[in-house]
Amino acid sequence: MTTTESPTEPADDPSSSGSPMLDLLSGFIVELRNAGLPVSLTENLDAMEAVKHIPMEDRETFKYALAATLVKNHSHWHAFEIVFEVFFAMRGSEYEITEDRFPDLDDMDDDDQGEAQGQGASQGQGGGGGEALSPEQLAQMLMDALKKGDQAMMRALARQAVRRYAGMEPGRPVGGTYYLYRTLRNLDLDGMMEQLMDQSREQAPDGQLSKFEERLERDEFNDRIEKLKKEIEAEIRRMLVADRGVEAMSRTLRKPLPEDVDFMHATREEMNSLRKAIYPLTRKLAARLARKRKYGRRGPLDFRKTVRTSLSYGGVPADPQFRFPKPHKPEIFVIADISGSVAAFARFTLHLVYAISGQFSKVRAFVFIDGLDEVTRFFDGVDDISEAVHRVNTEADVVWVDGHSDYGHAFGVFWERYGKDIGPKTTVLILGDARNNYHASQSWIIKEIQSKARQVHWLNPEPKSYWDTGDSIVGEYTNYCDGVYEVRNLRQLEGFVEKLI
Amino acid sequence: MDPRFVDVGSVRADLEAADYLADDGIAGVVYLADRLQKPILVEGPAGTGKTQLAKSVAEITGARLIRLQCYEGLDEAKALYEWNYKKQLLRIQAERNSEVEWDAIEDDIFSDEFLLTRPLLEAIRSEDPVVLLIDEVDRVEIETEALLLEILSDYQVSIPELGTIEAKQIPLVFLTSNNTRELSEALKRRCLYLHIDYPEMEREKQIILNKVDGLTDNLADQITRIVRSIRQLELKKAPSVSETIDWARTLILLGIDQIDAETATDTVNILLKYQSDITKAIKEFAQSDEFSG
Repeated sequence: MTTTESPTEPADDPSSSGSPMLDLLSGFIVELRNAGLPVSLTENLDAMEAVKHIPMEDRETFKYALAATLVKNHSHWHAFEIVFEVFFAMRGSEYEITEDRFPDLDDMDDDDQGEAQGQGASQGQGGGGGEALSPEQLAQMLMDALKKGDQAMMRALARQAVRRYAGMEPGRPVGGTYYLYRTLRNLDLDGMMEQLMDQSREQAPDGQLSKFEERLERDEFNDRIEKLKKEIEAEIRRMLVADRGVEAMSRTLRKPLPEDVDFMHATREEMNSLRKAIYPLTRKLAARLARKRKYGRRGPLDFRKTVRTSLSYGGVPADPQFRFPKPHKPEIFVIADISGSVAAFARFTLHLVYAISGQFSKVRAFVFIDGLDEVTRFFDGVDDISEAVHRVNTEADVVWVDGHSDYGHAFGVFWERYGKDIGPKTTVLILGDARNNYHASQSWIIKEIQSKARQVHWLNPEPKSYWDTGDSIVGEYTNYCDGVYEVRNLRQLEGFVEKLI
Repeated sequence: MDPRFVDVGSVRADLEAADYLADDGIAGVVYLADRLQKPILVEGPAGTGKTQLAKSVAEITGARLIRLQCYEGLDEAKALYEWNYKKQLLRIQAERNSEVEWDAIEDDIFSDEFLLTRPLLEAIRSEDPVVLLIDEVDRVEIETEALLLEILSDYQVSIPELGTIEAKQIPLVFLTSNNTRELSEALKRRCLYLHIDYPEMEREKQIILNKVDGLTDNLADQITRIVRSIRQLELKKAPSVSETIDWARTLILLGIDQIDAETATDTVNILLKYQSDITKAIKEFAQSDEFSG
């Protein structure tokens, strides 16, 4: 479909809808693709159409307009936001986006003048703006701003703080986190938090807050401090972009999407986003699997029935008949290594398996390091899977000698205690990197298990190229498994589980 | 066709007049959808006003709202059109003894008169402005989504016996999804994407002040702050905006103007619908002192 009339926006002057804008946009889209977002050609065209209608001066709306055309998955929003900030932060003077919303941007390299103005404008009282602020004053003003929740003021002060404390040196190849850390350390936000709480306690009618009020106050201030941190981060990003240029910066800031984050090397922040991502993922997976079971492929050819219907075609089997699929519900045994390096991976897999446990007739979970313990009991009748997974990590009895992975011994214990429970309906999943600290592999146990069980799968969170290097002995087990898979991120985990059923 | 809105600001103002508080994102995307003549795919947690958005837009543009509720097993006959088989049969029987040629009858029974329009076709054929709401599109099977593609990208419906019916006016189309499954790329590509999340505290406060009579500013403030704290817990189902509104109404009915831990504990079952969530929240209310320094 084409838009017939050419749009004539009042705010749309020809210079900004001309080719520089399109160049900028295509650079932006290339970067989005580099960041892993799937942007199709149609979406690209839509975005180009969209920017004709939404003036860039209206920054927020402009951002949402681009997002509406380019980002079709909410979990990609964060990645989009970062690329957007980097790309459109510095286009200020050129495209006049800064005037009203960011009074302090266009004077990036040298500043005192404009800064004092910016402060005055956003703050109203204009008091001691600019460089005259002492650290104490800055802290005091910040406290006030936090107390009132004054956004504009916070932004101005964030800028001040970065300038004063981050100690940025042009061309120095350190990441933004370093500057962020320095700024935050100097601001002592935790201390500020306590002071704020003290103040609101004093202001309460009877001189103290009830527990409940206390909690609410704290959440409120936390929220404001989070916003302040975001402002500081954004400011640092802007300055870094000014220093190093858009391309270099967007490369540094490029982060994997939640579904591509490596389990073994996730930072704490990434872990959090992973934990958030797993909820919708399990829900979707469960819905999809239930549907697949219901409408799944037809069963095998029903020979008798086909012959019978063929009689009405004069003996020609024109209308083949199929049996109804007999949905088998496998029994699942999960045996997971929960030693340090692979614990996160085990956690996610257990979470996922239990979230879709409706698809199985029975799920039993075992965890080990060098000893082994059954943890099914933690999940029985529990609504909250993450709670149960947490208990597994803290309460299970998995240490035998020294708390270093010993697959051989753990399998030995498993075979001795639970080997008899494995039957022809059982699918066994083994999770771990098979880094055995040079203990004996006892791979004959896996062989025995395989001969009794329906299937044995091994999920390894290490990249394939690391397998069988150092003390990894996954190769010794591979012969006796029906499949060995590299599962490093949510995407691969989801793919495996879907294949399993 | 003339655009429906002058600029983003006016969308926002109009929506506000219709008691729907939009943020920059929502207003911007609605405006863009009108200008680009593209459908909007609205995703987000349940109870954040996705369906209400379509209704409110219909209200402010003075358009008729045509709604297609999706469900598992929805098919062409329920979504697009259906031939009125019984009537066709009657027609054939009526002609049985006359001299009319079969070809003529065939042409006749596959004409407009025998066509039963369903929501999608109706939205296309309508003379007056229409807002088409395709609700909970994630409930249909992935194969059924394909039904929607033609209408979403070209605003037309092809009926083999009749030919292609093109839209008399371009309807504003909203698709909502609770995100229980990933929608197909093809569908997403044709739509503008809008994610409506739980509103910021300020906005939520305005919303409940708008919707609930007799609510004081102070109480609204407390309510939204508590709701925000609850949403930060890891819950099976976080309280939605509509549940916040219900809670506010309840508190008004009970004549409460100051919420303390006890009141919150007693009424939290209006906000939360799972026993495990309720237990968790009550535990949080009670042990808040653990955090104080």
